[in-house]
Amino acid sequence: MKEVTFRVFRGDKEKGELKEYKVPLSEGMVVLDAIHEIQATEANDLAVRWNCKAGKCGSCGAEINGKPRLMCMTRMDVLPMDKPVTVEPMKRFPLVKDLVTDVSWNFEVNKRIRPLKPQPRQADGTHRMMQMDVERIQEFHKCIECFLCQNVCHVMRDHKITDFIGPRFLIRCATLVMHPLDTENRLRELKDDFRIGYCNITKCCTEVCPEEIGITDNAIIPLKERVAGAFYDPLAWLWRLLTGKKADQRT
Amino acid sequence: MSHEIHEHDVLVIGAGGAGLRAAIEASALGVSVGLVSKSLLGKAHTVMAEGGMAASLGNTDDRDDWKMHFRDTIRGGKMMGNWKMVEIFAKEAPDRVNELEEWGALFDRTEDGRIAQRNFGGHRYPRLAHVGDRTGLEMIRTLQNHGIHQGVDIYMECTIVELLMDGDRIAGAFGYWRESGKFVIFKAKAVILATGGVGKCYRFTSNSWECTGDGQALAYRAGASLVGMEFVQFHPTGMIWPPSVRGVLVTEGVRGDGGILKNNLGERFMFNYIPEMFAAETADTVEEASRWLEKDPNARRPPELLTRDVVARSIRAERLAGRGSPHGGAFLDIASQRSPEYIKRKLPSMYHQFKHLGNLDITKEPMEVGPTCHYIMGGVLVDPETAGSDVPGLYSAGEAAGGLHGANRLGGNSLTDLIVFGRRAGQYAAEYAKSLKSSIKISDAQLKQVEKVAIAPFEDSGKENPYQVFQDLQSCMELNSGIVRVKSELETCLVELEKLKERAAKVKVEGNRHFNSGWHYALDLRNLLTVSEAISLSALHREESRGGHTREDFPDSTEKFEKVITIVKEKGGKMTWKHEPKSEMPEELKELLA
Repeated sequence: MKEVTFRVFRGDKEKGELKEYKVPLSEGMVVLDAIHEIQATEANDLAVRWNCKAGKCGSCGAEINGKPRLMCMTRMDVLPMDKPVTVEPMKRFPLVKDLVTDVSWNFEVNKRIRPLKPQPRQADGTHRMMQMDVERIQEFHKCIECFLCQNVCHVMRDHKITDFIGPRFLIRCATLVMHPLDTENRLRELKDDFRIGYCNITKCCTEVCPEEIGITDNAIIPLKERVAGAFYDPLAWLWRLLTGKKADQRT
Repeated sequence: MSHEIHEHDVLVIGAGGAGLRAAIEASALGVSVGLVSKSLLGKAHTVMAEGGMAASLGNTDDRDDWKMHFRDTIRGGKMMGNWKMVEIFAKEAPDRVNELEEWGALFDRTEDGRIAQRNFGGHRYPRLAHVGDRTGLEMIRTLQNHGIHQGVDIYMECTIVELLMDGDRIAGAFGYWRESGKFVIFKAKAVILATGGVGKCYRFTSNSWECTGDGQALAYRAGASLVGMEFVQFHPTGMIWPPSVRGVLVTEGVRGDGGILKNNLGERFMFNYIPEMFAAETADTVEEASRWLEKDPNARRPPELLTRDVVARSIRAERLAGRGSPHGGAFLDIASQRSPEYIKRKLPSMYHQFKHLGNLDITKEPMEVGPTCHYIMGGVLVDPETAGSDVPGLYSAGEAAGGLHGANRLGGNSLTDLIVFGRRAGQYAAEYAKSLKSSIKISDAQLKQVEKVAIAPFEDSGKENPYQVFQDLQSCMELNSGIVRVKSELETCLVELEKLKERAAKVKVEGNRHFNSGWHYALDLRNLLTVSEAISLSALHREESRGGHTREDFPDSTEKFEKVITIVKEKGGKMTWKHEPKSEMPEELKELLA
């Protein structure tokens, strides 16, 4: 049976290195299979997060040959076999051990986003929404919170700006702003607290999204447009001056 | 001993749909709530649910109502479901689904803007509220995003090793942090077990690593009864090729949306396997099945939508008759029934899953599928109203609890189960905690004992590799206690499990407690062994075939066994079993079953 060489990061906050392991290749194998094989045979204590092994839970994000991907959805036959496959933890987050990083910051950010505040139900007890309106947001609801977009976003990765909430949570805001039932206005906090202005639409997040969500085009840019419309449009500014309306009033 | 201690009125163990819903409800009643999650929040096995959640909203077909949902669930459970649970379930389901919408869930819509419903196996009318084929993700994210604002303390990546007792009542739980390996004590007046299933007992399963029967085993060791553990659901359509994805689920929604099953001769074989009980409501010709697909209200449902136990056994029978697909399953074909656009819109994650993992375009070619362990109908024996077990202060909901689904669960009834009984467990656990006057005490001796068990794998005595014992256990169950069972094999299984217990006691883990996967496996093994024994023991003594329990030596369902449920309980350090009479259904409900 053909063997593949893996170079897997082993270590913790203090020290670590890439260690070599040889794994027999089988048909349809994905990188997570190889990691499990290494765990079961050579390195029982190898730390890795995973759950569903079908690309639905978003637990097993790592950098494979330097590229952020889900280990469970990366088939061996898409990788070059003539050199070792490197598997390293996501770089943006503090290391816990081996392939596991501390992603708790993301859960803290999520708490800052106010929940949906729906309008009252109709007389017959239902909420009516059209498929067309819902579909646009359903795309964002596909997010599996793998945080690969948060990992790769250079605003946080290179510039270490942590009051910017990052692509994952901008699409969460987009689901609320575009939600047919929501009654809140969220534009001022997008601008002032969540710092949407930091995004300069390099689309790195969109490129790594395993769910192929159009993060930049479909969520962030429309949000930016709404923020710009509310706060930076000179005609709107003049209108508000004359009518006494506020920029973040929901229309 | 100085361990980290947290104190709550109600402690919820498990943060999937049931656990989250329970925590939200308990918190709303003003008690202090802790929620323990084995993984990161939002990663629980609920995300894997695909097809939808069943509730008789009657939006897509207004002939539907709770009575019909009751009827389908009891019949689908082959008469073994607890009638009171099913009644509560069918009545409360629509409210729970509507509530999710209030909290932000975005279901697919009907043309007039209401929640759309899809067809599924065993449901008479289109009944499943859904979001494409990723309904579980929608549910968990909705509950998560709502739940984090309800004042619940959430403990992520924390595994519970044992429940703590004050005499014969619940006093809390003892666990460890995955990251640091340090121990943590939760003092709580009431505990809700919402830990999900046991799929990891078997080699081929749709379940994630978390599903190691924790709740069932914790309850058992605390003295609670387990019910119906022989009823394990093998989902008929798991992926079978390539080997690396064997067991991964292919949603029943494929069949609900028109997919058909074929053997290697190209025959649509399900027409040959229609049980008498369902003959009156199942199409018996391809022509009628096609009319159903075209939405003819007078056409009966295609046989591919028979209940899961029936379809799984039929695929197996075709394979044994030499008509299986190349890798030992059947062909599931939707490409010939629906347009590529329709398939991609209604089944996006199936399209994605097969394209990436199976190198196959499901809009062009049939999928190869076969049975995979999916769900356990049995679990902690609970009161139908309160979700309380027979241990004071201990509650259970979702897959960890037993009774609702009887001998076979209908697709779409699980997600609804989570929110209906999750809410009830939260409510009654909170009320119990409020009513408790005296404070709870946990003895030092008890803590010392649990700690000893938890660090045993690091002791020097053993040599066994935890992964190897784990795999051997899975093979043993797959071989001897799987989809089709027979007396001699079940007996062998129980003997083998004793040997595996001895080996598990000698497991040796390398390294330290810092995020050590080997150690985590070693501790999960205890629970898997307990539930494996409960499954095999219950299966051995049900000498009939019914729903998810198929006996080669007793192929028919019998009246004698229809009257009894199997209860498993610990006595003097040994697992004991007994058959108890099933509670009698009132006449007015019996009339609904016609």
